[in-house]
Amino acid sequence: MADVTTTPGGATTSGSIQVAGVPGEFSAQPGDARTEVLASYDVNDFPVPHGREENWRFTPLHRLKGLHDGTAEATSDAVKVDVTAPEGVLVTTVGRDDARVGAAGKPVDRVAAQAFSSIDKAGLVSIPKDTQLTEPIRITVHGQGGVRYGHQVIEVGAFAEAVVVIEHTGDAVVAANVEYLIGDGAKLTVVSVQDWEDTAVHVAQHTALVGRDATFKSVVVTFGGDVVRLHPRVIYGGTGGEAELYGLYFADAGQHLEHRLFVDHDTPHCRSNVAYKGALQGQDAHAVWIGDVLIRAEAEGTDTYELNRNLLLTDGARVDSVPNLEIETGEIVGAGHASATGRFDDEQLFYLQSRGIPADEARRLVVRGFFAELVQQIGLPELQDRLIEKIDAELEASVGAGVA
Amino acid sequence: MATLEIRDLHVSVDAENGPREILKGVDLVVKQGETHAIMGPNGSGKSTLAYSLAGHPKYTITSGEVLLDGEDVLAMSVDERARAGVFLAMQYPVEVPGVSVSNFLRTSATAIRGEAPKLRTWVKEVKEAMADLQMDPAFAERNVNEGFSGGEKKRHEILQMELLKPKIAILDETDSGLDVDALRIVSEGVNRVRETGEVGTLLITHYTRILRYIKPDFVHVFAGGKIVASGGPELADQLEENGYEQYVKGGAAE
Repeated sequence: MADVTTTPGGATTSGSIQVAGVPGEFSAQPGDARTEVLASYDVNDFPVPHGREENWRFTPLHRLKGLHDGTAEATSDAVKVDVTAPEGVLVTTVGRDDARVGAAGKPVDRVAAQAFSSIDKAGLVSIPKDTQLTEPIRITVHGQGGVRYGHQVIEVGAFAEAVVVIEHTGDAVVAANVEYLIGDGAKLTVVSVQDWEDTAVHVAQHTALVGRDATFKSVVVTFGGDVVRLHPRVIYGGTGGEAELYGLYFADAGQHLEHRLFVDHDTPHCRSNVAYKGALQGQDAHAVWIGDVLIRAEAEGTDTYELNRNLLLTDGARVDSVPNLEIETGEIVGAGHASATGRFDDEQLFYLQSRGIPADEARRLVVRGFFAELVQQIGLPELQDRLIEKIDAELEASVGAGVA
Repeated sequence: MATLEIRDLHVSVDAENGPREILKGVDLVVKQGETHAIMGPNGSGKSTLAYSLAGHPKYTITSGEVLLDGEDVLAMSVDERARAGVFLAMQYPVEVPGVSVSNFLRTSATAIRGEAPKLRTWVKEVKEAMADLQMDPAFAERNVNEGFSGGEKKRHEILQMELLKPKIAILDETDSGLDVDALRIVSEGVNRVRETGEVGTLLITHYTRILRYIKPDFVHVFAGGKIVASGGPELADQLEENGYEQYVKGGAAE
């Protein structure tokens, strides 16, 4: 049977909001662990996780190939990184002592700290202020086998506009952090595609520091890899910042795809919108989605919404979806969350087939429909077509393998 | 002229203590242009007949045959049956999240007709069919059956029947859960398809109410997994008056 766990409150939750300071049970709540969460650049400050910890309890540690316990040693040429950027963009490497490295925030788990502690240099892509790029910056990370620790900083100057596409392919064991430093009034769109081979392991923290009146749009697309655990985080550096975080994932048999989001509303009058959708098929396909939003006492005028939707296409797949919304001020514009996990079941298949639609097309129809709204929201036409193609390819593969 | 022939059909389902026979030898011939009402008490196997004809995997055909113009329907997959011209309007249509009605209808029409309908004429065709059934145009953008009321679900089923133009339409308790207005609108939809003379209709119902709007040529009483009596419309009047008692005595109905 497909196994669905959605916390809190059963298979579907929607719009549960807790406001601190309201008399009664809410005011008696204990302080949230996330505000006191351990954060450090030094791996030795983090104990080796054993799997019982709140932030590791869904992750199969034994499949991380030693990234979490210090036994994974970096090898040379584990990945090949290529950066293609339009003229005017600075592409270089800097020492780890460069002020920009780690500027968006400290690592918050042991693997992120391991990556930070293991690097000598970081990649830097810098878009000068007021620059409007008409072509995307492309970063390809191709795994060639072995272990890689990495760090990439993407800096967008004030009022600059850029699109960055990061693509991960091949096979490797990778722990890497990415930082987005977004200047005042700047606009950055980042598409991070995880299209690894089936054996790859990828653990990364993506931290965005969103400047005053700046806009950050993140699109995370995860299809491939044995274990992928991404931790997109947003922090606001000034008022008026906007963050849109979109995600799309497709887990096949045996894959573990985990997305842990954290939006830290620590600044007044900022907005965030999170929408992640995933489909799963096959035995032991596992997706984890954690959506943490914290509205601190000083963040008046915050407007936030987060959504996670999952579609189980076969038995044997599992989803853990945990939306968390913590509000320390009532002076906000809006806050909400929703999580739901549904199944594509035999009755749906029968219904569509009874209207003449062949089984594989029926499945495709449902999955395309499921993702369509999100893909349109992303609003990058070139990416839209590729995503739909990729989704179709995932479905083809499963039909070929007899899963469907 | 399309003809559906059901010969000595036996069907069972898996139950906790092994397979249980529900249909025990059904014989029926439905020709294009004819309307057959199948009436029977709850649990007599009427819906099993409907779903077995459409090919639902829950039901196992243990013997007998079903032919559509001589072709072996039982050897066809569910979608092949639909493309051959068999249509089942379901009592409990299934929700399909993420698939809009308009996308669903077009995909279905493309599959049934063997080619994508021309967009311009298609849009008009759907619009008119929806207007006939007094459906709000916004309906097309909703997900299939998701959050539909009972009446909306049935109108949506009949909308499909109008657009897909089947050779044999099986209407499984289409009248259940409808108020008088909705029943009339839905029945008018069925009658529009019948008036083309190109569909054979198998109208499965527990009540005689819908027969005021859809006049059957033949009425069959279904009990204990088979047809126990057949006649003209007058048989329905008898049932209205006397109920099913005389047919279920002695435990003939399960």
